Amino acid sequence: MMQTALQVLDREYLEARCSLVELAATFDRIDRASDEEESSEFNDSRLDLLSQAIALLTEKSHLPNRSERMLLLFSDLD
Amino acid sequence: MQIIQPHYHAIARTAQDYERMAMSGVVAVAEPAFWAGFDRLYPETFLDYFRQISEFEPTRAAEYGIKHYCWVAVNPKEAENPELSREVLKHMPEFYKKPTVLGVGEIGFHKTTKNEEAIFEEQVEQAIKYDQLILIHTPHLQDKVRGTKRTLEVLSHMNVNPERVWIDHVEEHTIRGPLEAGYWVGFTLYPVTKCTPKRAVDMLEMYGHERILVNSSADWGPSDPFTLQQCVIQFRARGYSVQDAIEVFHNNPARFLGQNPKFDIKPIQLETIEEEISSNLL
Repeated sequence: MMQTALQVLDREYLEARCSLVELAATFDRIDRASDEEESSEFNDSRLDLLSQAIALLTEKSHLPNRSERMLLLFSDLD
Repeated sequence: MQIIQPHYHAIARTAQDYERMAMSGVVAVAEPAFWAGFDRLYPETFLDYFRQISEFEPTRAAEYGIKHYCWVAVNPKEAENPELSREVLKHMPEFYKKPTVLGVGEIGFHKTTKNEEAIFEEQVEQAIKYDQLILIHTPHLQDKVRGTKRTLEVLSHMNVNPERVWIDHVEEHTIRGPLEAGYWVGFTLYPVTKCTPKRAVDMLEMYGHERILVNSSADWGPSDPFTLQQCVIQFRARGYSVQDAIEVFHNNPARFLGQNPKFDIKPIQLETIEEEISSNLL
């Protein structure tokens, strides 16, 4: 590897932080819009996919290839 | 659509940025005094910097039809040097007389130290004494909550009129306190480390459009003056009218900065403009 783990984190921590905050804001936006619609709880399969993708990031085990597994999660494989 | 860029570090940007801003509707920018990327050693260096932003920079902006205003101050980072700061403060009143200087800023906290606090208080006192507007920087990233809280505590013991104070760089976790205390707040749109255009529009939806200023800052670091235009597009894409956008991106800065009579750009109402055009055609 050209970079140490610390170098990667130093370089990319703020971008990762920004991506996570942006993602949180996206979910908040959907919630607020859903609350205003006054219909029954908003349900869309894409939300489940996003939740599964987030869960993949928080796995305790250090399984490799998170990006590949996430893209497969978002793929139609049938 | 006409836009006012209320926080813009022009000395760090190119003439091409002015040209593109003019092409995209920017009619005025206001430039606070800030950290140059290194700690300066001499008070005179600050004074030349103040001359640059109050005398030279307006001429550069005028080449593109943009009005340039500025603020003078010792920024929070260099306030850590009280001796230097106090020497600079002695000369700041000379600049309040200049035709484009709007007030004292950006001041406040960087790491929320005792030295920073002392110089912050002295600059607020000077602003009150000389009847100047006040622009307050709040710290970056992990220091923002602590610094914003302490800013409000310090101001609460001082005789400031909240309507003449703008607390900048607020985000979702720091907006409530300043707004509830009656201050103006600013969202600074940075590509990574502050607010993004989408999140700024979220906060406009959550907290309303009053006493809120949106800006790009745009300095020598990773930043982009056109995040402001991205925010306008995001705002309009969510269904808000052109007049709504004018209220946020032109009229609010005109209202806050216009509290200093040197800032002579007035709020715009599209209906009034349309009526004027119609009457001129008759």
